[in-house]
Parts: sequence; C-alpha cells; structure tokens
Amino acid sequence: MMSLTPTIPVKDPELGHGGSGAHPPVADGGGDGGRDNGSPDYGGRLRRARLGIITALVAIVMVFVGLTSAYVVRRGLPSLDEKTSTYVRDWIPVNLPTGLLLVNTLLLLVSSITAELARRQITRQAALAPVESIPGVSIGYERNFPWLGTTVVLGLGFLTGQWMAWRELADRGFYMATNASSSFVYLLTAAHAVHLAGGMLALLYAAMTSLLKRPVEARRIVIDITVWYWHFMALLWIYIFGLLEFMR
Amino acid sequence: MATTATVHSHAAPQGFIRKYVFSLDHKVIGLQYYFLALVAVFVGMFLSLLMRIHMIWPAAILPLVGEIKPETYLQLMTMHGTIMVFFVLTTAPQSGFGNYFLPIQIGAPDMAFPVLNMLSFWTTFVAFVLMLAAFFVTGGAPLHGWTGYAPLSALQSAGPGEQLGADLWIISIAVFCIASLMGALNFITTTLDLRAKGMTMFRMPLTCWAWFITAILGLLAFGVLLSAGILLLLDRNLGTSFYVPLVVVNGQIMAHKGGSPLLWQHLFWFFGHPEVYIAILPGMGVASQVLSTFARKPIFGYKAMVYAIMAIGFLGFMVWGHHMFMSGMSPYSAFAFSIMTMAIGVPSAIKTFNWLGTLHKGRIRFQTPMLFAIGFVSLFVSGGLSGPFLAQPVLDIPLHDTAFVPAHFHLIMGVAAIFGIFAATYYWFPKMFGRMMNETWGRIHFFITLAGTYSIFMPMHYLGMAGQPRRYSQFTELAYLQHLIPLNTFITYAAFITIAAQFIFLFNLFWSMFKGPKASDNPWEATTLEWTTSTPPPHDNFGGHTPVVNHGPYEYSVPGAPKDYVMQTDPAGVSAH
Repeated sequence: MMSLTPTIPVKDPELGHGGSGAHPPVADGGGDGGRDNGSPDYGGRLRRARLGIITALVAIVMVFVGLTSAYVVRRGLPSLDEKTSTYVRDWIPVNLPTGLLLVNTLLLLVSSITAELARRQITRQAALAPVESIPGVSIGYERNFPWLGTTVVLGLGFLTGQWMAWRELADRGFYMATNASSSFVYLLTAAHAVHLAGGMLALLYAAMTSLLKRPVEARRIVIDITVWYWHFMALLWIYIFGLLEFMR
Repeated sequence: MATTATVHSHAAPQGFIRKYVFSLDHKVIGLQYYFLALVAVFVGMFLSLLMRIHMIWPAAILPLVGEIKPETYLQLMTMHGTIMVFFVLTTAPQSGFGNYFLPIQIGAPDMAFPVLNMLSFWTTFVAFVLMLAAFFVTGGAPLHGWTGYAPLSALQSAGPGEQLGADLWIISIAVFCIASLMGALNFITTTLDLRAKGMTMFRMPLTCWAWFITAILGLLAFGVLLSAGILLLLDRNLGTSFYVPLVVVNGQIMAHKGGSPLLWQHLFWFFGHPEVYIAILPGMGVASQVLSTFARKPIFGYKAMVYAIMAIGFLGFMVWGHHMFMSGMSPYSAFAFSIMTMAIGVPSAIKTFNWLGTLHKGRIRFQTPMLFAIGFVSLFVSGGLSGPFLAQPVLDIPLHDTAFVPAHFHLIMGVAAIFGIFAATYYWFPKMFGRMMNETWGRIHFFITLAGTYSIFMPMHYLGMAGQPRRYSQFTELAYLQHLIPLNTFITYAAFITIAAQFIFLFNLFWSMFKGPKASDNPWEATTLEWTTSTPPPHDNFGGHTPVVNHGPYEYSVPGAPKDYVMQTDPAGVSAH
C-alpha cells in the first residue's frame, strides 16, 4: 500500500558533505516506479490523487458539519406562535420510512463491497501489466467480473430507493417547506444524493476509460480514488440516516 | 526530473487559447487571477468613492448611478464589501500570487492538479460575472451587506435588490466557494507532495507556509459558507424557514415561521472570521519574505513565524462569536469569545516583533517592495491595536455600529492586505514579466497611498467614538453629527487623492510590462527558488531539471559565504548553517 504522507527523503543539511554540488542519487518517495524509462510516474500520481481526494472529503465533511450544526440548532429552537404570543416548540418529528431506508442502506453497503472488489481487480491488473507486456508471456485468461458496472447499478438502486422514500414522505404530507424537520430531511438526503450522483459519474468515467484503452495505471488511479470516495459516501449516508432517525 | 516528466505531462501549448485562456500552466492561471482581482479592485474602489461622495454631498447626482437613494447606498456598500473581500482580498494574494509562486518556490514544475487549477480559475470567473450581473437585473444589487444577514437577505419582498439580485449574489458566492475549495485542495496537495528534493517543510519560504495554512483555512471555512448559502437560497425560493422567524414585511405576515436569523450569523461568521485570515496571512508571508530580502538578514525567528501562522489559523476558528456580541448572546459565551480573540494578539505580536527584529540592524535597501512591506507592518499594527478594544463586549456594544469598526477592519484587513499585494507585485514583477517596474513612480505611489489610507481610516476611529453610525446613507442633517462634516469632507478628499494615486500604479504596471528595463534573473539578490530560474520562468519552471535544495530560505549575510546571500540551491557547505 502506498504511503499517504509525503515521503520525500531529505538529506540532513547538518551531514551534508562539504561541497557536494553534484546531484545526489535520486531517491524518491513511496513507490514511484518507472521514472527512468520516461514512462509517467503513476505511483506519484496515485499518491497525489489520494491526498487530493482526502482533502476533498475534508471539504465535504465541513459542508455536512455546517448542515448538522444548523439541524441541531434549529431543532432545539422554540418559535413564536402568533396566536398565543408565546414561544412553542414547532419541530414536528418526521417518521422516516425506516424499512425502505434500511433496504437502501443495504444496497449502498453492498455497492461499497462491489466497488472495493473493482478497486482490487484493477490494482491486480495494474500490478500484472508489466509482466503481461513482456512478449510471449501470458498469465492466462482472468475472468473480469464487471464490478464497476454492478456498483453503478446498485448506486442507481439506492437513488431510486431514496426517491421512493421522498414520495412516501410527500404522501404523508411532509414537503420541503412543511416543517423545519422535513426541510432538513429533504435537504440532507438530497445533498447526499447529489454527492453520490457525482461519484456515479466518476465511476462511469472510469468505466469509459477502459473502453478508451487508457493505460491500466491511469484507470487504476481514477477507480482507486472514486472507490475511496464511494466508501465515504456510504459512511456519510449511515451518519445522515442515524442523525435523522435518532435525533428526530 | 522525474516530477517534471510526470506532473507536467502536459506539454507547452502553442495556440493562443490553450496558452493564455484555458491554460493549464499555474503561472498563467496565477496571472489570470491577478488580473481578475485588478478589475475587481477598481470596481470596488469606484463604488467606495461613490459612497464617500454621497456622504458629504448627499444631493449630488452621480455618474452611472444617478441619484443615490438610501437603498442605492446600501447596494453600493454591499457590492463594495463583497467584491473586495471575495474577488480581491481572497483572489489576489492567495490564488494569484500563490498559484504563480508556490510551485516555483517549492521546486515543482506545476500545481498537483493542473486541470483542476484551470477549472478553479474559470469557476471564480463565472462567480465574478454572476456578482456583477446583480447590478443589471430588475431591482439591482442586493442591499443586505457583504455579511448577508437574514431575514433581510432571506426574503424576496424585503426591499429592492432582494429579488433576483440577491439570488445572483448568493449563487455567485456559492460558486466562489466551490472554486476556492478546488484551489485549496490543489494548494494543500502541491505543498505536501511536490516539494523538490531537500525542500523540507521547514525550509519552505514563509510565503509558502502562509499559502499552505491559508489553503487549510479555506478548506475548512468555505464548505460551511456553502452550506449556509444553500439554506439561504432554499429560504428565499422554496419557502423553508431556516433563517426566517415569524416576520411582518410591509404590514404582511410572511409564510415563514420559526427560523433563526442567528443561525445564519453563526454559520456566516464561522466562515467569515477565518476569511479575515485568508485575506491577511498571504500578506504576512510576503512581508516576511520581502523584509528579510531587503534587510539582508535572515528572518528573525523563522520557526516562531511558522508556529505563529499556525496559531493564528487555529485561533481564527474559535473567535467568530466576537462579530455577534450585539446579538444578545450569553455573557459567558461572549466572555469566552472575547478571551480567545485577545489570545490572537499573542501570535500577532510575535510576528510583529519578529518583523521588527528582522529590520533591526539590517542593511536595509529601501526599494519599493520593501517600502510596501514596511507599510504592511505599520498598517497591521495600527489596525491591529483597535482589535483588543473591539474584542471586549463592553466596548464593542457601543462601538459596533459606528464608523470605528470600518476603521479597524479597513486598516488591518483591507489596506494591510492590499499593501501585501503591492509589495508582492513590486517584488515579483521582474520575475513575472521579465522587466523592472519604475522605482520613482513606485515610491510616489507608496507615499501617497500610505499617507492617503492613514488619512482616510485613522479619522474614522474618531468618527466612531463621536457616534457616527455606519451603514447610514445620510447623516448631514443630524444635529449631533454636524461638527463631524469637516472631518468627513477631509476623508472624502483623501479618498480622491488615494484613488488617483492608484492610477499611477496601474500606469506603472502596464508601462513597465512593455517598456521597463530588462530584469536579470535575480534582481533583488534573493535566495528562494524562483530567483534561480530564468526570467520569466520557462513552461516547466526550471527548464527540464528539478532543483535540489541545500539551504533554508533566508540565508542572508552568512559569515564566511562569498556573497551576502546563499541561494537555497547553492551547494551545501557554503554556509555554517
């Protein structure tokens, strides 16, 4: 596994051999392969892409931290009733269609597993690619189950399930503006759905790169970080579900 | 070499569009940000001038806007603040200079994600266009101030400009948030992963530290503003009540109920206070860099400077409540926010002390970048000293809605950050354009701007203490403020002169770009990596090789060294370091 921390080894200046102006031997960080033969440095790219996706996830976390704090504050807030001129609690707890949402959660968790299998598949392919490129060497036919496609289908299933949950809420009379509680239910689930849809676009892009005959290492980077993102989306959903269910 | 081959997989583009418009080159993108900010700053400055004119000649019919009604004044104020904070103070020091010089100063061929970098600029551009578009829609620009307090900002019927104009304003800021998040992601990854061999974190120039910490602040702050903006949009357009309580507008009870205007204030200022540091930290970095270079001395207390930047960034997230002392918050919370706010004085004082320590007994070269860096320190102190006053609830409550607060934040956040931008412009201009800026005009620009900005903002403290309210479009008829009219007139004239001086800068900038004397690769005899490469830097920054760093960033006047400075790439052993 690549290291996520910057691993640029540095010569200690205190130990610098006097006047060694010549370039010291190049040693580079975590698994940067293929540097000398002019092929792109996929190890470095993967490391940067992972660092990038973690940073992006921090930003997404902050968006949901903002929404959560708004949720907690608004939930505890009394509201002025114009008829009695008193402060009343106007928060109406929303009974979620829990059964349906549990099925959705299960779909998303399974999709996380299939995504992980897709990631491992491409990692294996990337590792074997140099061997296979040797003329005359074949490692035999490997069955490539379409894990990516399965993940996208499961993701679509989850989004459809979320849409059904919204319909059910609407049938019970909970719309976006009905009550602060229902506003937050729609808002949080929609914000998650938008992010998940973004992940599906990335998965589709990754699937497309395999049709476009991009190098397996480049495809691996796209799939790798998208799958990290996908796992995070599953975690995020469990968090949102828990928040809406247990803090209604 | 390896990094060159990999990060810089895009070759130097040939066509005009790929080279100058949709460029992937961090240097071009940096300049794009810079020029965007340059346009924005002149728009913002023009708006402020209109406000100043209206203050002393309320009946005057002004160019482009005509008669200034109270709501027009608020629109000018809103757009002045928003454009300046987002599209100037956030854009130029961080995205502009940061983009151009962070990769070069750490020895990288480009940012970590060049395509994302391009996207982030063009997203910012779209945000700017949306913001300007608010002027031209029915009702005009919003009037809720750059802070966008609800419920004024959350109700379409709250006033002129609160219809489409306010929606455009919110969407523009949301788009800007996304652009800034993309930028922050790129800055963080680049700093952590693309440093050249030998460039340890503690060998980075303080500019890089400032950009890095600023990027972290942006990463944590803009997401919260984005979520706050989404809630505001929903309140305005989908009938939700996140921020809107039971409220009566023009005798009509609105459909909203139960929302909390304070919720907006909390979310906004959780972003808003770190935003202040997003604007000023890069300026601090530039001031450190320039002071050390032109005093020919190592920066005093390099590590203390780094830790002070970190401490300011950290504390910056704990003090947002000091913007809300007026909101009737619990005195206990106010006390906590007050203590945390005054704690920021400690790292700020460390920085100021170290800047003065750097100047002490230096062989100072008073060239234009140095003048602006010293000006930065001066303004930072002058503006900073009123901070501890406002940090105390008991003083903030009488002063909050007076001119004292604009005086404070314009000095420290507005003008000081602008001086940082000027110092950076004069300092790096030779590297960016291969020519020197005119020194004489630079000095004239400096002295008029320094005297001018002090003349504008120092008296505002007195106006505030004398009770002149802020945000009022007209006060000349108020008896108790009659005696302040001469002082206000003085401020307006000072504004005229200061703004006129900015055209000297503009002329110097463009004239020198084409007619200035050719610059050498290292005209200031500085040590950091950007001065080791050719002027202007080649597409991959170092012409096919990757620098190897053997020295800290500020090795000036090193005993035993052949010159009075040791470049970061000089062979080890040149200095005793």
